[in-house]
Amino acid sequence: MLEEKVYQIISDQLGVEKDKLSPDKKLIEDLGADSLDVVELIMAFEEEFGVEIPDEDAEKIQTVGDIIAYLKEKVGE
Amino acid sequence: MRRVVVTGLGVVSPVGTGVKKFWENLTKGVSGIDRIRRFDPDQFNLSVKIGGEVKDFDDSKYFEPKEAKRVSDFVKFALACAYEAIEDANLKKFDPYRVGVIVGTGIGGLRDIEEQKEVLEKRGARRVSPFFIPYGISNMASGLIALRFGFKGPNYCVVSACATGNHAIGDGFRLIQKGDIDVAIVGGTESAITPLGVAGFASMKALSTRNEEPKKASRPFDKDRDGFVMGEGAGILVLEELNHALRRGAKIYCELVGYGATDDAYHITAPCADGEGAYMCMKLALEDGKVKPEEVDYINAHGTSTPLNDKIETLAIKKLFKDHAYKLKISSNKSMIGHLLGAAGAVEAVATVKTIETGVIPPTINLENPDPECDLDYVPNEAVKYPVRVALSNSFGFGGTNACLVFRKMKD
Repeated sequence: MLEEKVYQIISDQLGVEKDKLSPDKKLIEDLGADSLDVVELIMAFEEEFGVEIPDEDAEKIQTVGDIIAYLKEKVGE
Repeated sequence: MRRVVVTGLGVVSPVGTGVKKFWENLTKGVSGIDRIRRFDPDQFNLSVKIGGEVKDFDDSKYFEPKEAKRVSDFVKFALACAYEAIEDANLKKFDPYRVGVIVGTGIGGLRDIEEQKEVLEKRGARRVSPFFIPYGISNMASGLIALRFGFKGPNYCVVSACATGNHAIGDGFRLIQKGDIDVAIVGGTESAITPLGVAGFASMKALSTRNEEPKKASRPFDKDRDGFVMGEGAGILVLEELNHALRRGAKIYCELVGYGATDDAYHITAPCADGEGAYMCMKLALEDGKVKPEEVDYINAHGTSTPLNDKIETLAIKKLFKDHAYKLKISSNKSMIGHLLGAAGAVEAVATVKTIETGVIPPTINLENPDPECDLDYVPNEAVKYPVRVALSNSFGFGGTNACLVFRKMKD
């Protein structure tokens, strides 16, 4: 459920097809995001999940799996 | 001095996207002015409810969906024009450092400023888009054109209100003349028909309030004119050093021979009453192009449809051309497309080049009852066939700024 939403947001924001996404994919190296894309992506997660992701946490997020793990902990799923 | 020719054209306008459709409608006297559709003017109690909006633009040709959401319309319009103009010029091989891009805008990303201000107020600073600044700043049209095509020469944006387009073209002309570059992608772009943009110009009483008859609202040189109508769009020209164009067998539309620029130093928005600034600007442009006043066949006028501009531009033309002022042809594209502000000079330069190419002068529509103080031949209501060898294109802007270009048919 949470994974599905994360995949959808990444797919919409970065224009990458959902079936190309997997937890090991790196946002910048594998999915072609630049630093501004990542900022916008983080904003979208904050909106969708009603959480605040501080900059120091955001800096640690590199892969799709990192996002899922972080959000699971934050949302408490 | 090196000679400069025009080898490519691109347009996005209220009467059509693409030079072909633009030119067809312009020469048929079609008005692109309607009630504003992108937002509801009544929601903001705007006294002005009309504008020349672009209606047939498809950004999916130039942008992936994710980029399309972020990029400002003024940048999109300019990029689309650049693709058209560069394809028209068939410019495929080039030394990247010898191609410059100078595309101006009068106002830039106004819509983005309005939208992001609302985000800031309603949702907080952390929700302001990271793409707001890069895609809203005025030089991003030039920047994105360079990025897409690999042009590595001088790259910047001219901002001089309604004279922006002419200044950008003039700057590119000078850089080629002097030898800094061989090719210049030049022009102007604008998309400022927004609630705040309309409200601002309306507060100045600069705009026509003929809301019930949008297509009759822009009526340059007519005695019942009551202000200009805002338009949006972009125009791009490919300027090229003559031998560079000849060597690669490029199609040459005409030569750009003269450029003049002055300032009234008189008032923040009103033109000086005796037309001195506009007169000097045209005079310097003719001298720069070594053209005698009697050689001029046509003037693509600034012709805004404001009470002051049309009267004073007419006065300046008479002062410079004397008896010949009554023989040459004059027309205002703004009667059909409205005033494209920072894009006006560029779009009108495209029309001027087409006039030289085809020998057809687009009309000044809605010229039903000429103002007695505007007594020249403004090609009223219907296009005329007329061989044009030398043409001027005027643009004047707030801040008292004036810029004039002189185009000349190539000698066979």
